[in-house]
Amino acid sequence: MTAHSKLQASDCVEIAPAFRFRWEESQGAHVLLYPEGVVKLNESAAEILKRCTGERSVTQIIADLERQFPGVDLAASVHRFLEVSHDNGWIRVKA
Amino acid sequence: MTTDGSALRLDGQGRPLWLLLELTYRCPLKCPWCNNPLDFARYHNELTTEEWKRVLREGRALGALQLGFSGGEPALRDDLEELVAAAHGLGYYTNLITSGVGLNRARLAALKEAGLDHIQLSIQSSDAAVNDALVGATAYRLKREIAREMKALGFPMVLNVPVCRQNIEQVDAILQMGEEIGVEYVELANIQYYNWALLNRAQLMPSREQIQRAEAAVRAARARLGNRMKIFFVIPDYYEGRPKACMNGWGAIHLTIAPDGVALPCQEARSIPGLDFVSVRERSLEWIWKESPAFNLFRGDAWMKEPCRTCPEKERDFGGCRCQAFLLTGDASNPDPACARSPHHGLIGQAIAAAEGVLRTGEADRPLVQRQARTVWPKMDSGAMP
Repeated sequence: MTAHSKLQASDCVEIAPAFRFRWEESQGAHVLLYPEGVVKLNESAAEILKRCTGERSVTQIIADLERQFPGVDLAASVHRFLEVSHDNGWIRVKA
Repeated sequence: MTTDGSALRLDGQGRPLWLLLELTYRCPLKCPWCNNPLDFARYHNELTTEEWKRVLREGRALGALQLGFSGGEPALRDDLEELVAAAHGLGYYTNLITSGVGLNRARLAALKEAGLDHIQLSIQSSDAAVNDALVGATAYRLKREIAREMKALGFPMVLNVPVCRQNIEQVDAILQMGEEIGVEYVELANIQYYNWALLNRAQLMPSREQIQRAEAAVRAARARLGNRMKIFFVIPDYYEGRPKACMNGWGAIHLTIAPDGVALPCQEARSIPGLDFVSVRERSLEWIWKESPAFNLFRGDAWMKEPCRTCPEKERDFGGCRCQAFLLTGDASNPDPACARSPHHGLIGQAIAAAEGVLRTGEADRPLVQRQARTVWPKMDSGAMP
């Protein structure tokens, strides 16, 4: 949990070490588990976080999603979700 | 688990999302606010390793996601590593809630290997002498050393500090200690008055002014630290006028298993007499959670009295804490007296006045009753404090 600066388009992001992101059958949803807490994610959030593996930049994540869901302008909302995830400490910029 | 910010942000939809295993009531420390039962020494028949593993499987089948290993001191169980591995394999997020005593580098490495996700380490003061006097043991230096080992192994950490009159003036130094250790979270847990803490309430409770100064220090630190270290400040319900949403409601998302296998809606529920809490040795966890009368007793709102029953906030605070209602008013279905709308709210004012009186008369030097095995108890009638 380092001090947060604004997320750059070229930043490669990954799930932060204290967090576990996975499918949870009993919830019928992806969940994010962290010290003493749980966040249940909707499908769009899960699709974005699935791509936060440290191998893709913010730009690449958006391009990848736009390929998978053609005809929808996703850039702004995906970028916003990644910013929020970053502020919440769910994801971090890979060093 | 009543921490602002660390609450589960998820409706349980009838599932016990949070499973807390009190592996043992044994503990090398003598904290005068311990939430274990006063007669903890009566419980000798701890569940076996295989029994705990069965609880883990049954809890996961019920949809539990978060798992706490607590106590007493859970590290006193030498099967802790084996239980963590079993829990990790089942898909739980595993939290170890420890005093640090009984751990060393080798055991921590084994716990890491077993898949332990997070450690909540308790520390009682930023000052070694204050810390050790409060817990009745030489523990401070050991805690600082073990904290360093935990961080060296890369564990995410919560530093948990029970806040009382004896340490509340140290909030700045405590937060600085958290920064030095490099923890992700500091939880300043204003003591909740049950069991041992209730016995020592007049000696432990800070004044309103002390709470306000502590809150100001927390606000300043939050502004300075940003996201670097999160600070939770557990509300001191005696001073809030509003009850805490205890356990997110009785039998809603929390399930505690006591060392002897008795399943409880919260760690303190044994303080309510006359409820038939069933052991996992007798019935399945599913039956206990879904069907047992004790777990159903305070679900929903049909049990509520006025003013809770017609209160617009009942969906948010569930009438507060059942155990506190019993301990202070003698009836667990009364509104939590911490609520300003409770007809028994005067009891809270009396408790605050008693704590202030202790300060004024110099009785504050009276020693705290430290947690230890004993057979004779000061009278603990509801509403009547020793």
